[in-house]
Amino acid sequence: MAATFFGEVVKAPCRAGTEDEEEEEEGRRETPEDREVRQQLARKREVRLLRRQTKTSLEVSLLEKYPCSKFIIAIGNNAVAFLSSFVMNSGVWEEVGCAKLWNEWCRTTDTTHLSSTEAFCVFYHLKSNPLVFGSCPRKNMQITILTCRHVTDYKTSESTGSLPSPFLRALKTQNFKDSACCPLLEQPNIVHDLPAAVLSYCQVWKIPAILYLCYTDVMKLDLITVEAFKPILSTRSLKGLVKNIPQSTEILKKLMTTNEIQSNIYT
Amino acid sequence: MFVPCGESAPDLAGFTLLMPAVSVGNVGQLAMDLIISTLNMSKIGYFYTDCLVPMVGNNPYATAEGNSTELSINAEVYSLPSRKLVALQLRSIFIKYKSKPFCEKLLSWVKSSGCARVIVLSSSHSYQRNDLQLRSTPFRYLLTPSMQKSVQNKIKSLNWEEMEESRCIPEIDDSEFCIRIPGGGITKTLYDESCSKEIQMAVLLKFVSEGDNIPDALGLVEYLNEWLQIIKPLSDDLTVSTSRWKIPSSWRLLFGSGLPPALF
Repeated sequence: MAATFFGEVVKAPCRAGTEDEEEEEEGRRETPEDREVRQQLARKREVRLLRRQTKTSLEVSLLEKYPCSKFIIAIGNNAVAFLSSFVMNSGVWEEVGCAKLWNEWCRTTDTTHLSSTEAFCVFYHLKSNPLVFGSCPRKNMQITILTCRHVTDYKTSESTGSLPSPFLRALKTQNFKDSACCPLLEQPNIVHDLPAAVLSYCQVWKIPAILYLCYTDVMKLDLITVEAFKPILSTRSLKGLVKNIPQSTEILKKLMTTNEIQSNIYT
Repeated sequence: MFVPCGESAPDLAGFTLLMPAVSVGNVGQLAMDLIISTLNMSKIGYFYTDCLVPMVGNNPYATAEGNSTELSINAEVYSLPSRKLVALQLRSIFIKYKSKPFCEKLLSWVKSSGCARVIVLSSSHSYQRNDLQLRSTPFRYLLTPSMQKSVQNKIKSLNWEEMEESRCIPEIDDSEFCIRIPGGGITKTLYDESCSKEIQMAVLLKFVSEGDNIPDALGLVEYLNEWLQIIKPLSDDLTVSTSRWKIPSSWRLLFGSGLPPALF
């Protein structure tokens, strides 16, 4: 409990997130019907891997069907735009599957329009270069994750307003022996959500992986933010995957204009 | 599940497991940070689970350039074999409905690893104290029956206060009395499960409010130290000097980044 300036006593939020008493109550009062509803909801929220065109489930794990030595994951609109314009426009990439998921936060139930600003997950593999996706055992696989965060999430002793955003930081697992193209993320900064989940998995199971984090003050699709990822193109992970940078920049510009919502309070 | 850093699982038979409960003020977790940092414990493995919110960062106990780039995740295990101590640190909160499964997985690992006893560092809402509790020390302990048998005499000699029972339903005057730990997260669940599974467990907690909980964490580790004597005990002049415990480098900027000069 805490007293506000107006003298009222309110329940102060607990940083530790302990709403345990409510949870315990729910557990005690749960009827078989409640349990059934809960299980149905859990099934609805399961992540499903599908073959994109036919929408049938992939019988085996994606990496068993398409073993690869380099796995690149882009999370968020700017990271995805970078990957689409620079990496995926060099060479022929084939769609091999997608991940379908639903939770209470989703506003759509089906995605049919391909756009770098929508939130969904599609898997591609490079058709023309067998070296990138050869039949190497999983142990030799290297993972690269790209994502963005708002610059105010970055803790530093100077004010975040004075930082030269956008800028890159990296986090790598113990088994990733190459060097990053930018400084590593300094303490006490942390990463959570999907990038953290992937990196945690790789650290625990000793898979070499690196996360490139772009701190930016523009969270929507932005040219400068996407271009901040460019130094990654010179790293061992992505070297050789990008052929034509000027062309990629053109493609990126086109992507920006198609996604720009012309905002004008008079129209 | 426990995944070792190295090739094989370390032998923890007879060790004392220290762990935090994610509780009000994060006091247990802060206390664990102090212990791991001061004793320079080395990481021996991960407690890989889908019950906690994922989180990663670089080594929170870094002391120099050389050791600052090891990746840390949300649940890690450290050990100090010379003192037969093993520490579990939890760095994020539970996903809804996953706290009970976590307790079950944790306790089954405790049993299979051969740990002799578990000490849970926790905290409880200070605003829920009754009149007597308001006037006494803010520290409390709880022991499972199997733990009571082995350490009761030692605890008695320390003159510690045992956690009192309170009304199960505070609003109802004739409700039964039971042990309640409001704001304690999984503490009560761990305690109850350990009682029924006959695991030797002690809970050490402090009544706290949210805020700058560093002094509370220092208090809690000193409380633990009275029993375990992890570091040299306090001398008679009772000056709690913070230099006895090594503050980890990751405790920087706990209240945010620097301020813009334009503010002034």
